[in-house]
Amino acid sequence: MMGSENDEESHLHSSKEDMEKLFLREDGDPLTKSNVNGDKSNSNYRSAMSTLFDSRHPSIVVTPADSDPLFAPPSYYSESRSPRSKPNGGDRVSSYLEPPSYADVIFSPFDDISEINGSEDGHSQSSDSLSRSPSSLSSDYIKITVSNPQKEQEATNSMIPGGSTYITYQITTRTNLSDYGGSEFSVRRRFRDIVTLADRLAESYRGFCIPPRPDKSVVESQVMQKQEFVEQRRVALEKYLRRLVAHPVIRNSDELKVFLQAQGKLPLATSTDVASRMLDGAVKLPKQLFGEGGGASSVEVVQPGRGGRDFLRMFKELRQSVSNDWGGSKPPVVEEDKEFLEKKEKMYDLEQQIINASQQAESLVKAQQDMGETMGELGLAFIKLTKFENEEAVFNSQRARANDMKNLATSAVKASRFYRELNSQTVKHLDTLHDYLGLMMAVQGAFADRSSALLTVQTLLSELSSLEARAEKLEVASSKVFGGDKSRIKKIEELKETIKVTEDSKNVAIREYEQIKENNWSEVERLDRERRADFLNMMKGFVANQVGYAEKIANVWTKVAEETRQYDRESS
Amino acid sequence: MESTEQPRNISGSMQSPRSPSSHPYLSVSVTDPVKLGNGVQAYISYRVITKTNLPEYQGPEKIVIRRYSDFVWLRDRLFEKYKGIFIPPLPEKSAVEKFRFSAEFIEMRRAALDIFVNRIALHPELQQSEDLRTFLQADEETMDRFRFQETSIFKKPADLMQMFRDVQSKVSDAVLGKEKPVEETTADYEKLKHYIFELENHLTEAQKHAYRLVKRHRELGQSLLDFGKAVKLLGACEGEPTGKAFSDLGTKSELLSIKLQKEAQQVLMNFEEPLKDYVRYVQSIKATIAERGTAFKQHCELSETTKLKEINLDKLMLTRSAKVGEAEIEYREIKAESEEATRRFERIVKRMEDEIVRFQEQKTEEMGVAFHQFAKGQARLANSVADAWRSLLPKLEASYSV
Repeated sequence: MMGSENDEESHLHSSKEDMEKLFLREDGDPLTKSNVNGDKSNSNYRSAMSTLFDSRHPSIVVTPADSDPLFAPPSYYSESRSPRSKPNGGDRVSSYLEPPSYADVIFSPFDDISEINGSEDGHSQSSDSLSRSPSSLSSDYIKITVSNPQKEQEATNSMIPGGSTYITYQITTRTNLSDYGGSEFSVRRRFRDIVTLADRLAESYRGFCIPPRPDKSVVESQVMQKQEFVEQRRVALEKYLRRLVAHPVIRNSDELKVFLQAQGKLPLATSTDVASRMLDGAVKLPKQLFGEGGGASSVEVVQPGRGGRDFLRMFKELRQSVSNDWGGSKPPVVEEDKEFLEKKEKMYDLEQQIINASQQAESLVKAQQDMGETMGELGLAFIKLTKFENEEAVFNSQRARANDMKNLATSAVKASRFYRELNSQTVKHLDTLHDYLGLMMAVQGAFADRSSALLTVQTLLSELSSLEARAEKLEVASSKVFGGDKSRIKKIEELKETIKVTEDSKNVAIREYEQIKENNWSEVERLDRERRADFLNMMKGFVANQVGYAEKIANVWTKVAEETRQYDRESS
Repeated sequence: MESTEQPRNISGSMQSPRSPSSHPYLSVSVTDPVKLGNGVQAYISYRVITKTNLPEYQGPEKIVIRRYSDFVWLRDRLFEKYKGIFIPPLPEKSAVEKFRFSAEFIEMRRAALDIFVNRIALHPELQQSEDLRTFLQADEETMDRFRFQETSIFKKPADLMQMFRDVQSKVSDAVLGKEKPVEETTADYEKLKHYIFELENHLTEAQKHAYRLVKRHRELGQSLLDFGKAVKLLGACEGEPTGKAFSDLGTKSELLSIKLQKEAQQVLMNFEEPLKDYVRYVQSIKATIAERGTAFKQHCELSETTKLKEINLDKLMLTRSAKVGEAEIEYREIKAESEEATRRFERIVKRMEDEIVRFQEQKTEEMGVAFHQFAKGQARLANSVADAWRSLLPKLEASYSV
């Protein structure tokens, strides 16, 4: 045992990785590629995530490292052979790793690399939707991948070369849904198109919890390395699109279908300019609200006054909301729904707690990461010591000590690896918390839709009542003039026209408000259900993961305790 | 003055006592740290209990009160008198003000001092030292006096002579134009020196990582605590069954946090501290190496000087000079000194030979114990973690619907 080490002297110089591999080779371990990332100290799990996803480190693929000669051939279920959980007869309770679902989820190599690069991989279930409750329509299938970022040139008419450049991404859809024209197709889109899609969806699906789109983050794009930024954005886009198709209502939207299928330039209007939308005729009116009908002007009025053009509308609504706030005049339609207000507050509290839990999860991940790193560094320091003592040994006591150190060192290195594997899995599980932050924002958006719809209704009601008041005044004045007041009568007629239109709009607005209320309610129900299931899954995964790796680490150290049995000085 | 008594086979408190009264034993324990004094002058005092049947001691049991600087005194005296022996190291003097009186620090120091005295009591030569007896038995006033003397700026005459000679030899070197460094250069000794110096580097690195590992345990414990709390709060927002699940998860997390803090302390005391002790020991050996170097230099120089004196004497004798008498006396004196210096040097060499063997064996034993305890502790911790989380699995499996 000692002799072979002398042979390896020449190899054992600085490189940590070499040292690690060398020692494990001697023990009969498979030469595992390890993520000896000790130099990078990742400060939070976001960067831990990016390291793990980083395609520059293919060595992240880690196979379970404890193929100790003591056990039979390396197996994912080696825990079942450990003294603690000997399978006896039908006793399946001792180690909860036996149900295959856990072991698969936990101990399959964290092989997200292939997925990142957009190719097919067998772990479609385990990576992105690790903690997700399975979709209710399990036979339907739609999967989106974002890949191949490329630089393209802005087409300009000028003769001067070098227009501004932008990045496009390839968006590949695989599906068996009948609504789509094929089973696999790709388009190229730029980030601006995503923004357009998000805006269109926000308009069409008011009251729904629409997953928030990735940030524009102008500052980051300046600060980060281009490549890193593009990769980060690619990941974010993929997540966003996947969430969209996961939403039972939005996945059927025309906007999304157009986005995923239409080749060439994205045929969705980029602004909320109602006039140009009408001219385009490319977008169907929101079916959910009106069916096929609805007067153009009513539609126009009912869309939230966010676009830059409708100043008058904005002004009126602003005035209304001010008067609402100051409570000078009681608004005709009051948010009386106590249940809604309670729900809103509950949602807010929940959001705060999710934020908090997500932060603590990040700290936990960092602490686990650090533990693994330091354990590894300790192991390597002892490996160096072992080598040193062996080289310089004059006495047998030195050789004995060197041997003891070697046992400690190899175990420390193994434990370190387990900590890091544990952590990469923990990140996946606890990421559910982070995902739900995004979804909480979506809920806020849905509630905001309701509020703004209510505001519209209130505005129209005030408008209506002031118009009617004017009309009445005119009529009274006109009736005093004998034989009719031609000018006033004309005014009254015009006014009555306006009142009719406003009345119609008010009705449309009320209908929309009711619809949004319904959307809110069903969405929140759905979200609550899914969230509960997702959180339970998250906990299950997290806990099973902890158990599995704790057992492995315990085994590693138990072995060393055995090997140093002779030094036990406690009279147990 | 050197001690050259015959070592006896005395057993101490670090070994289990064999047969009672007939077999000589000397066992010491350092206990009961008590904070005395106020403010800046506050210090810790320890009870030092000696149990022995040796005739040189005042009785079967003696208890004295000692403070850290008394231990320093003992160490310095032994270092002076037993050159060549690796004097057991003391724990560091200064500590960050904040920790100086923390319970953990005090306990660690007490344990280290206990080990220190016991190592001396077990050492075949050191255990016979008069200074050890003084340390273990003198009343506090006497001890204070001794300690004060040692730290006073008035050096003993012997030291002054030594200093003078050092200067003298340096001057003569310069005058005679020989600036060559006087050092032993045997292959074995070179190897040993190189070994010791390299060992210190390696050990320091290992100890550093061990200390960081302690911190990591504490940090992980803290983050588990925070995570547990956060998750419980989250559970309070959620309805059932998720709420209960979160609550249980949080409770387990908090529980494990406590276990981690405990293990952190264990790793500090049983793993990191022995490594630090190892480093200190190596530093003590370096000090001995320095002493050996000094002794070697003296031996060489005095040999040289003696030869010169001899040559001078012969010359004078040949010329029948009147100064012969004087020169002869000088020659004899220098010769005696030279022989003494050579004896001292050789004693150091012999002692070091034995010490090295002892040191290596002792360290293998002590490190073995440290590794064993560390491994046991880590295994225990990991098993607790597994058990705690495992207990949640049945309910989670059933999605907390039961």
